[in-house]
Amino acid sequence: MSTKTNTENNVAHEYPYNGSSPQVEVKIKLTADKIEKIDAICRSFGNDPGELINVLHETQSEFGYLPAEVQDVIAQNLRIPVAQVYGVVSFYSFFTMTPKGEHPISICLGTACYVRGSEKILEEFKKELKIDVGETTPDGKFSINCLRCVGACGLAPVVMVGERVFGRVSPESVKQIIAEYKD
Amino acid sequence: MEMIKLTIDNKKIEVEKGTTILKAARQFGIDIPTLCHFELGDMGIENKPGGCRICVVEIEGRRNLAPSCITEVQEGMVVNTHNIRVINARRTVLELIISDHPFDCLVCAKSGQCELQHLATQLGIREIPYKGEQSTYRKDTSPSIIRDIDKCILCRRCEMMCNQVQTVGALSAINRGFMSVVAPAFEMNLEDSPCTYCGQCVSVCPTGALTEADHTNEIIRALSDPSKTVIVQTAPAVRAALGEEFGMEPGTLVTGKLVAALRRLGFDYVFDTDFGADLTIMEEGTEFLNRIKGYMAGDTSVKLPILTSCCPGWVNFFEHNFPDLLDVPSTAKSPQQMFGAIAKTYFADKIGVNRNDLVVVSIMPCLAKKYECQRNEFKVNGNPDVDYSISTRELAAFIKLANIDFMDLPDEDFDDPLGESSGAGVIFGNTGGVIEAACRTAYELYTGKKLEKIEFEQLRGLEGIRSATIDFDGLPLNIGIANGLGNARKLLDEVRAGTSNYHAIEIMACPGGCIGGGGQPYHHGYSEILRRRAAAIYTEDERKTIRKSHENPSIIRLYSEFLGEPGSKKAHSLLHTHYFPKGNEVTIHR
Repeated sequence: MSTKTNTENNVAHEYPYNGSSPQVEVKIKLTADKIEKIDAICRSFGNDPGELINVLHETQSEFGYLPAEVQDVIAQNLRIPVAQVYGVVSFYSFFTMTPKGEHPISICLGTACYVRGSEKILEEFKKELKIDVGETTPDGKFSINCLRCVGACGLAPVVMVGERVFGRVSPESVKQIIAEYKD
Repeated sequence: MEMIKLTIDNKKIEVEKGTTILKAARQFGIDIPTLCHFELGDMGIENKPGGCRICVVEIEGRRNLAPSCITEVQEGMVVNTHNIRVINARRTVLELIISDHPFDCLVCAKSGQCELQHLATQLGIREIPYKGEQSTYRKDTSPSIIRDIDKCILCRRCEMMCNQVQTVGALSAINRGFMSVVAPAFEMNLEDSPCTYCGQCVSVCPTGALTEADHTNEIIRALSDPSKTVIVQTAPAVRAALGEEFGMEPGTLVTGKLVAALRRLGFDYVFDTDFGADLTIMEEGTEFLNRIKGYMAGDTSVKLPILTSCCPGWVNFFEHNFPDLLDVPSTAKSPQQMFGAIAKTYFADKIGVNRNDLVVVSIMPCLAKKYECQRNEFKVNGNPDVDYSISTRELAAFIKLANIDFMDLPDEDFDDPLGESSGAGVIFGNTGGVIEAACRTAYELYTGKKLEKIEFEQLRGLEGIRSATIDFDGLPLNIGIANGLGNARKLLDEVRAGTSNYHAIEIMACPGGCIGGGGQPYHHGYSEILRRRAAAIYTEDERKTIRKSHENPSIIRLYSEFLGEPGSKKAHSLLHTHYFPKGNEVTIHR
């Protein structure tokens, strides 16, 4: 029953989907130290089910995303059904079950950036990387996300790659930005 | 209690403060249509998310219509429940709900019992002016329950049942906006989730989104195969509810007609699960007494309390939620499976039929029984002890399909030898019944004295958790009873914590016990129906000449001819089982 015995060290768990259940890619290896990390986060919120959203926030900032196994451990700690945890994760667009790329690309769609054509830039990134918003390239290098205003409206339209901010981006410069991070 | 005066539809009424407009109206005979709202009367079960807006009413002086199911009455309120503005709003709401609902009522399992269909008729909906995107979600088939989520209207009754009442936690509302569905974690299949198949979600679903996995066709195939001998067993709670499907008053006992109908459907032998129930008492009662005697003798390895194990929803629940306590429940199989094991050995030998040519069918008030009879440990070389299990509802549909005039059937008797039963076997259908039946036998076996009064009134009732102390001739035994899995969890948490002072606990997964099972005719929230079914079960018990399991002559013969003693080696191999730790984590490969 205990989380510890079921998620043994370095064992990748296959998802128990069969038949017509959809295949969700779950490739995280929950090592003992990762489980301990989640346990610690839950503990820091008193294992209180009312703190679920805060627990998820902190766990996502630790792991970058919230795979099924991680949600399972959280559910066990807070003593709530994992279906309920997944209900919250799937409701808020901030939470993601897909790992972010090595270089997460965020395109600002705030008002200032939007009126200066950030939608075209988003389209260009999608075309170049052949992925949609919220997805990660097969090589794990890039992922695309949208955000609302990074507080640099003077530089609109703004794109962030990791922590680095690119200002006054044009559709033509998209290729160049990607090239900087290849290899 | 503070009273509030208000006017509903020109009627001046007075109700307790805190009452909703909906309940106030219903108290005075004014019916406001509802859809997502659901309550099981005084059993403390209520779903009122205020989401569907079918129950809107006009409150004079307020700009917007108000959902009556969540709006409390106020002094001097003037409410209109059916004026033109309200009716128009209600129709629009319903048209919008139906605009994303399949139009396959002709072939829907819920047709005729569907609350959405009923509302559409009531509100005179003739066409849907709204055309838009339609939900397309895969159908999820499990051994017991089928989810057809395109028919879901997001009333969230199932979620309430699964989480608040049963504390199973298999279902939750997931995603957002148009993509919202009620589903298990990660949208996995029910089969991979911690679902116990108790079927309470099915029993409250207003539409065809949740229905039972129908096995009638397999039975028809077996009945039309001349090489097969097909026998049937019918559970106690079925006889107290089947009549409702034919328009009879709730609580009408139809045992005789039920037997006659099954015979006309072509079953070669019509038997009674009550026989299996009597057998359960012999085995479980013996196990109970042995544990008590061991405990009294100071054996520290003895586990107390003993938990009943007749209910397959409950068995699934403790395998998922209390895998550390698997040695606490009785090892006795359920009556359905005891019956199957005896039918395919003792009875098959008696009539000289190979077990592979003997088809055992069960009629159950239950959906978890469908899963139970498919469990691997109840098969011999792949051949199940019980081949198919259908619900009370499926049987009613089968009887109608065969054009049998149920009301006109004579009363007939069960066949011998697996049709003979005691009153103790019958009361298995009610919460508290199993433990009462066990007390009747255990008392007499333990004390060697005859019971002066057979009825243990203190064990009866519909409250979620009950307890009583029974005097076994100077030995006080503490008995606990829980119906509904949420209540069971409370008693089990005590056992886990070591604070439980019970010697024996009876648990039934469904509110009210089997009479309120997931396979029973839909009660649509009327708890009075459950009460009447319970009363009918006790009436059947009273009418029996034999009312204690150990006095059932067929049971006595079974032991003398075949099994030896209760708890014998043979009895153990045929009538006892073991449990599997399943846990609640869904990402673990099982």
